[in-house]
Amino acid sequence: MITPLSLVPLFAEAASTEDPAARFIRLLTVFLLAMWVGFEVITKVPQRLHTPLTSGSNAISGITAVGALVSAGAVAAGFGFGNLLGLVAVVFAMVNVAGGFVVTHRMLQMFHPSKKTK
Amino acid sequence: MSSQAWINLAYLVAAMLFIVAFKLLSSPRTAVRGNYLGAAGMALAILAACFEPRLQEALAVRGIWPLVMLFLAGGLGAAIGATMALRYPMTGMPQMVALLNGFGGAASAFVAAAEIWSAQDPVAWSQFAIATAATGLIGAVTFWGSLVAFGKLEELPQFKKAWTDPNRHWINLGLALAAVLLFAGVCARPESVFLYVLLVLVGSLLGVTLTLPIGGADMPVVICLLNSYSGLAAAAAGFVIDNSVLVIAGSLVGASGLILTAIMCQAMNRSLVGVLFGGLGTTAVVSGDDVYAGKIKSASSEEIAMVLEGADRVVIVPGYGLAVAQAQHAVRELADALEKRGTTVEYAIHPVAGRMPGHMNVLLAEADIAYDKLREMDDINPTFPETDVAIVIGANDVVNPAARTDPKSPIAGMPILDVDKARTVVVVKRSLSPGFAGIPNPLFAADNTLMYFADGKKAILDLTAALGKS
Repeated sequence: MITPLSLVPLFAEAASTEDPAARFIRLLTVFLLAMWVGFEVITKVPQRLHTPLTSGSNAISGITAVGALVSAGAVAAGFGFGNLLGLVAVVFAMVNVAGGFVVTHRMLQMFHPSKKTK
Repeated sequence: MSSQAWINLAYLVAAMLFIVAFKLLSSPRTAVRGNYLGAAGMALAILAACFEPRLQEALAVRGIWPLVMLFLAGGLGAAIGATMALRYPMTGMPQMVALLNGFGGAASAFVAAAEIWSAQDPVAWSQFAIATAATGLIGAVTFWGSLVAFGKLEELPQFKKAWTDPNRHWINLGLALAAVLLFAGVCARPESVFLYVLLVLVGSLLGVTLTLPIGGADMPVVICLLNSYSGLAAAAAGFVIDNSVLVIAGSLVGASGLILTAIMCQAMNRSLVGVLFGGLGTTAVVSGDDVYAGKIKSASSEEIAMVLEGADRVVIVPGYGLAVAQAQHAVRELADALEKRGTTVEYAIHPVAGRMPGHMNVLLAEADIAYDKLREMDDINPTFPETDVAIVIGANDVVNPAARTDPKSPIAGMPILDVDKARTVVVVKRSLSPGFAGIPNPLFAADNTLMYFADGKKAILDLTAALGKS
């Protein structure tokens, strides 16, 4: 049966049965398409917003927090050194995420147009 | 619908939110909302990650405490990040962004480290092995490169002088070769954590040695490039753990950084390779004396105030010197005083003025100057002939007409602000010392130029006072 979710396989996370090469191509597809979208969207950002853009995208690069959570939390077999490394990654990534969004917000708060009435 | 499908759906929504966030960041009116959407996407992705099967398995076996531990670690990081972001003075934004960026790169390298440590029988030259090596290398370069960039921007004494050892190219080449070999080593023997650690160490050294030689005026390029790297590291980490949201968000950031890098290089008329490895040479240059001899007209604040009084249109050209002198509030006061007299005041912003992309815009916004008065180079250049007075504060190379007129100049062809076409040019500067390019500026000797030698902030305050008196 075709459901909207059968369109999701592009984004489906590793089904253990998936052929490794097919999986790689799937992620590569996502990677290249997202790069393309990035190029298209960012080219239109005017110079005056380059600093907030840099810090905003910087915050988004903290997405690695998602990977960090999974790496750090997988302790079914007992807490090991790998989990500790993951925890360090969680701390670092969250510094990046929280700091990035807050800095961007502070910056954008300062931008305002001329007041019409003088 | 399986729980994995829900998780993937949440990731998909998060990815869309990131794209919309970037889109909204392209206009000052929607940018704040864009930032909120980005944060919402991040929150959603992190929430979804808590339901990942690997985590749920751990929860089933160990009870709630893995989640508590994660919550504490995440909360600690978020608290540190938010505190830094709130406490740091607005004027230190470039170094703050550099520092935060480094943390992202390091986090990715740690994710790859955790994965390679816990991996059971990883396959040589598999996606896992190659992506792990890439994440470790890029993450390490990002972290240490960002730390050095932070040190330079914060003007820590250890980083005051760019590293110009003539052997640096050989050192970098050697390190790069070692990195390539170790990269291949990790790919071929992913079960060896030792090789991964070595690769990260070499990457760390590379991050330092590649960033150290880069001079202050080239910092915007470096910031953009490091920003791009942290995104690429996150994308590579996505390949390690097979996660599409990491790949999407990472590549969006990677693309954004690369575009900004290209824009910055273009605005300096230099190639990326030239910025990274060249350093504007110490090539013998025309001495300033020949250009300046007997032609410099130094003016007093009263004389300049008199010129300003008669002006209908004044354009202020800020450069990095303005940021150093912290003169943005003084500039606002001068502009207010002029506007009260009915003078039109606008600001001409060169794309690479300052130490990070768009630096001047943030700096002037901090002084409560409306963004629609800040005009980009291509937009304002045609208006200089109708400008009565152009006031140049702390800018040098970006207003050097030699870029237009002298094909042999090291900055020949670089797009500049055509302030020399204004009726009168006032240059506020401490001395006649050359800018980053190390060349004299014929603008200072031009017939229509008045030099005002003083510290930027004091100069502007004096001008405002003189204007008030007359």
